[in-house]
Amino acid sequence: MNQNIMIVGVGGQGSLLASKMLGHVVMQAGYDVKVSEVHGMSQRGGSVVTYVKYSDQKVWSPVINEGEADIIISFELLEATRWVSFLKKDGTLVVNDQQIAPMPVIMGTAQYPEDVAGKLRGLGVNLKLFDALHLAEKAGNAKATNVVLMGAVANAMDFPEEMWQKALEECVPPKFLDLNRKAFALGRSQK
Amino acid sequence: MKQLLLGNEAVARGLYEAGCGVVSSYPGTPSTEITECAAKYEEIYAEWAPNEKVAMEVALGAAIGGRRAFCGMKHVGVNVAADPLFTASYSGVNAGLVIGVADDPGMHSSQNEQDSRHYAASAKVPMLEPADSEDSCTYAKLAFELSEKFDTPVMLRMSTRISHSQSLVEIGERQELPLKEYQKNPAKYVMMPAFAKPKHVVVEKRTEALREYAETAPINQIFWGDTKIGVIAAGSTYMYAREVLGDKASYLKLGMVNPLPVRLIQDFAAKVDTLYVIEELDDVIETHCRKIGVKVIGKDLFPWIGEFSQKLIAEKLFGKAEDTYTFPETVPMRPPVLCAGCPHRGLFYVLNQLKVMVSGDIGCYTLGASAPLSAMDTTICMGASISGLHGFNIARGEESAAKSVAVIGDSTFIHSGITGLIDISYNQGISTVIVLDNSITGMTGHQQNPTTGYTLKGDPTAKVSIEKVCNAVGINRVRVVDPYNLEETRKAIEEELAVKEPSVIISRRPCALLKYVKHNPPLKIDTERCRGCKVCLKMGCPAISVVNGKAVIDDTLCVGCGVCTELCRFGAIGKGAETK
Ligand SMILES: Cc1ncc(C[n+]2csc(CCOP(=O)(O)OP(=O)(O)O)c2C)c(N)n1
Repeated sequence: MNQNIMIVGVGGQGSLLASKMLGHVVMQAGYDVKVSEVHGMSQRGGSVVTYVKYSDQKVWSPVINEGEADIIISFELLEATRWVSFLKKDGTLVVNDQQIAPMPVIMGTAQYPEDVAGKLRGLGVNLKLFDALHLAEKAGNAKATNVVLMGAVANAMDFPEEMWQKALEECVPPKFLDLNRKAFALGRSQK
Repeated sequence: MKQLLLGNEAVARGLYEAGCGVVSSYPGTPSTEITECAAKYEEIYAEWAPNEKVAMEVALGAAIGGRRAFCGMKHVGVNVAADPLFTASYSGVNAGLVIGVADDPGMHSSQNEQDSRHYAASAKVPMLEPADSEDSCTYAKLAFELSEKFDTPVMLRMSTRISHSQSLVEIGERQELPLKEYQKNPAKYVMMPAFAKPKHVVVEKRTEALREYAETAPINQIFWGDTKIGVIAAGSTYMYAREVLGDKASYLKLGMVNPLPVRLIQDFAAKVDTLYVIEELDDVIETHCRKIGVKVIGKDLFPWIGEFSQKLIAEKLFGKAEDTYTFPETVPMRPPVLCAGCPHRGLFYVLNQLKVMVSGDIGCYTLGASAPLSAMDTTICMGASISGLHGFNIARGEESAAKSVAVIGDSTFIHSGITGLIDISYNQGISTVIVLDNSITGMTGHQQNPTTGYTLKGDPTAKVSIEKVCNAVGINRVRVVDPYNLEETRKAIEEELAVKEPSVIISRRPCALLKYVKHNPPLKIDTERCRGCKVCLKMGCPAISVVNGKAVIDDTLCVGCGVCTELCRFGAIGKGAETK
């Protein structure tokens, strides 16, 4: 058994917490794991990607290549299109229905693609699209979008709820725990 | 107990467990977290030095003084520190000295793709290369042992994928070491010709001894699988190869990449049918194999450029390409941008408007080179903005000096800008230099530096005054502007360009991401006043876009810096409270 999960988005959207949570859950389950992220230049509003790989055997390469991801979690719509080639043919794409225009689009030198969801479904991708930002606001803070997304992803994975709750406790500061539990539950409710 | 650690965190853990007492480094992606994590251990003295040369000299001094010491940097940092490195190889150490170097194949955050293994070979010091976090911790400890056993600095070669990947590490206890005795010994530590000549003989003998060690070193490991294919690899390429080939191949994993073993490679080669050397960047291992008469397939098949992956290796070996989803349209790029509220933006907007030649440097402000600001002509290496501008203006004359500026960040100015400024002042140059003082080392993720008033450990300390440094080296015209004030900034630059003497403008405003910087509420667009002229887009703020003919401000990004209000001719951008 091995699983390859990618978390993609725009620098500054909080994907680090998401990969940290996932790392925690996977370790509790006793798997070998590698988490790979790129720091530095790309943090400044650029496209960012984190790879999480786990297995009941040893995990060798820390990166995921095209066609290898079981699940891709995209914090933004355009980023889902950028990375969709990394998804396995029977993989799941979980997408936050939020658009952040990149500089070339703002400048008018490039177009933000229209009807992204339709085009992704047209490829035959197993797409779970929902407004995680809205749910996070409902839970009490837009910053919890990442945890809402993790709630939705938990549905596509086999780990028991207690492990996710424990990971939440370990990864978020105590004073934000209630808010994040709410956010996680809202994500979980997205079937 | 096992912990999930970044490669860089694991190196820091290794330093701690090895009883390392002194760390002096200069930040640089992907090496920075080694030193940041080491600084969290109370038992370790850790500092940011002004540059890598100073850092390495501090660490060497500490090692000579009897404490195990470490110094970390990115690959190009070794260019700066090469001078002490080459002679530290001759002097050797007392307590162990380990130099951590992080390469960046693929140039995720770098200006070139140099392979630091050449430094180990030409400075004749051993180099270890871990392949995951567990290796990173154990190799860091081993590096100290080798350093003391062979009386040499030891280099630890990291790379982006190893530094910035987390994997499980078995945590151990710290070994407390007493301060080693220091004995005056000019023949060892005074490297003048009379002493250096016999030392060179020692260095060559040491290399032979190290090569012998490499033959049986526990970190040069063979993993037998099918012997039709043999693979020699180190670091991340070993991991990629193992993922692709599993037990369909046999592997020689080199944990020590300088010096390289001879018999070990020859014996391995004799037992496999086809032998591949898989190495990122240069052909260091391959060249060695050829030299010792071992036939391998290397750079004929694998690229010289960029990062490898399991997919690349699979394609080169089997030509197989997976059938994958392809999005039916071109996906717009998402390049990194200056953050909303970044103080560099106002300055680059003005430089763009003034149409001057901008001799650039390295830092967040290098993003001023991208559209729409497009206000940078050159970027070479840290410090080159000032000295490069001096040369440019000497070549092109006084008129050029009236139409050109150098831009350099505060950390970069301290790192290697001051010497360039001295050159201008001493040699009667008339160039204009702009120091972008955002009170932090931004690019590498907010490290303190000598101008910020805080140490790496967070203690308050003396603050280097950029103004006074400029005055002291002979620059009489030094002035400070607020880059949020476009008019003031433009006027200052025009005035300083007009005078026929050297000047420094300090563009001062702290980074908008610093915790102590208070943000204003997001600005609002008065849609009745907005004419959709798009002038506000010219400064490249990620918080502003134009949708359906009207400007829109993303209030999750806007920090209310107000620079855009200075651009709008219709008064359409205002504070939330003022407009509806
Ligand atoms: C020799 C060398 N060392 C380190 C680096 C990594 N690096 C690039 S820019 C920079 C410092 C940037 O800080 P500053 O000059 O204050 O500008 P800011 O990013 O804050 O705008 C560093 C450490 C490098 N490129 N070259």
